[in-house]
Amino acid sequence: MSAFAIETHGLTRRFGEFVAVRDLTFHVAQGEVFGFLGANGAGKTTAMRMLIGLLEPSDGSAQVAGYDIATDSEAVRRNIGYMSQKFSLYDDLTVQENITLYGGIYGLSNAQIAERTHALLGRIGLEHARKELVRRIPLGWKQQLALSVALLHEPKIVFLDEPTGGVDPITRRRFWELIYETAAAGTTVLVTTHYLDEAEYCDRLSIMVEGAIAAMGTPGEVKREFGVTSLDELFLQLTRPGAA
Amino acid sequence: MNAFAGFVRKEAFHILRDRQTFWILLLMPLVQVLIFGYAVRTDVRDVRIAIVDPTPSTATRALVQRFASSSRFQLMGVYPTMQSLDDGFRSGVLRQAVVLPRDADRLLRGQATLPIQLITDGADPNTGSVMQSYATAIIQRWHAESVVRAGSLRIDLATRMRYNPTLESVNLFVPGLIALVLTIVSAMMTAISITREKETGTMEMLLVSPLHPWAIVAGKVAPYVAMGFANVLLVLGAAWGVFGMPLRGSLVLLLAECLLYILNALALGIVISTSAQTQRTAMIAALAGLLLPTLMLSGFIFPLESLPTPLRLFTNIVPARWFLLIVRGIMVKGAGLATLWQETLILVGMTLALLVLGARRLAIRLD
Repeated sequence: MSAFAIETHGLTRRFGEFVAVRDLTFHVAQGEVFGFLGANGAGKTTAMRMLIGLLEPSDGSAQVAGYDIATDSEAVRRNIGYMSQKFSLYDDLTVQENITLYGGIYGLSNAQIAERTHALLGRIGLEHARKELVRRIPLGWKQQLALSVALLHEPKIVFLDEPTGGVDPITRRRFWELIYETAAAGTTVLVTTHYLDEAEYCDRLSIMVEGAIAAMGTPGEVKREFGVTSLDELFLQLTRPGAA
Repeated sequence: MNAFAGFVRKEAFHILRDRQTFWILLLMPLVQVLIFGYAVRTDVRDVRIAIVDPTPSTATRALVQRFASSSRFQLMGVYPTMQSLDDGFRSGVLRQAVVLPRDADRLLRGQATLPIQLITDGADPNTGSVMQSYATAIIQRWHAESVVRAGSLRIDLATRMRYNPTLESVNLFVPGLIALVLTIVSAMMTAISITREKETGTMEMLLVSPLHPWAIVAGKVAPYVAMGFANVLLVLGAAWGVFGMPLRGSLVLLLAECLLYILNALALGIVISTSAQTQRTAMIAALAGLLLPTLMLSGFIFPLESLPTPLRLFTNIVPARWFLLIVRGIMVKGAGLATLWQETLILVGMTLALLVLGARRLAIRLD
């Protein structure tokens, strides 16, 4: 059993000639909020998809929640939650039906589902909309609901792929509060984003450039290492070397 | 199994809540049976016919009488010359004409041959050839009975269309219609509903979950099996109740074969959905790749015998072709598994191959 929630060695993914993710080696401690930063197409999503078993690595290995992704993907699946960058609840089902469906898929009992539905809807203030079709509730709430559903089975690690795309600043703040609450309860959070202010909220982060990690550490560490005052500046320096 | 049941329930919600699609899928087959049954007929009735007889006699009047009393024909007139025929054919007043020679009566009694011209409107070749054969039959019968010559050999040819003596087209189109409907409901709808989950991103959530990929696919197709089966019952019910189509073989065998074809169509839908990324692609692939062959290359619309050799060979891999043979065999000929085992085995083989193919492509998951 690995001491880390996530541990990778030389993880690589090629699509034909193109190398989307190159020799990725990093680890994430349990209960950590780890940020995956990078421009569009830098390989963040590809890396995450390998970790959650949607994509096979071309090379290298990784352990997630202590299980090898290549040989023990079943166990990995049971222990992770995932929220994709596309909104991933069913529009034509009600809030309650979505929760019941995912609860059932992860093998929760009816009593557990009822209890957790109550808790999670209370937490995001959506009790009144329990019987509404998901289609009819506002986007900000949908995102919070999607996160809550991804956490319903109390996974050890939750993967969030650009969870705050297209959401207003207030809802984003509320969303990050939820992430912190989750991490405080012991769940490891791996989140990709290209909002640099969000990166400041992470315990540790890595910046990916053209498929490889260009910088990694706490926000303070990486800023010191590259002699910059803000992540914004660092990001520009790394992604557009000529401009700095 | 709790997870699976919940998953099937969710899929049923999708179908039931999309009211329009639901009713279209449920009622379309019924409407199609009625349209095909009433409008699209290949059996011919009331053919407007004219007879040209320059020298009427008792014998030729007997021929006229035969056409006049046949329900297949509607006698438009008996003319002494061919002059008015051209206009009649062009305007559509006439579909057919029988032209008798001068002094037919005398020729009938003599040793010479009796030249009769039969003109048929061939704008629609299918009905044209049917009209031609009906008229020929009447003329032959008349000839056989009016030529009384001692000592000469007379051939009495009794023709009979076996299994479908009155050439009812309902017997032809119902099996094809079942294949068509199942292709739409089972193959196309499955492909669309799976690709929809890819498009909306919910498929990723499912693939990341502990649900086995096979459970996902089985859960998604299960409601469509029920839907397809309901359609089969509706089409058969209408064919039997409204058009009096016979069922000479075993109903249980028929329904079992339909179930086999439903599975085959579902497997096709799965294969399509593993390569199509969007609902639109899936729909076009299903329409062009499945619906057209089911319509054109199964013997539903065009007889297989009339296809050019390369196409005829191709029909061997069209599942509907074998399904049509099976359903016609059971319904019209009363055949059992003893005669239809080969066709059934081919369908089973195709279904298994498609399922394996679908599973292998599914195993690669998403890219």
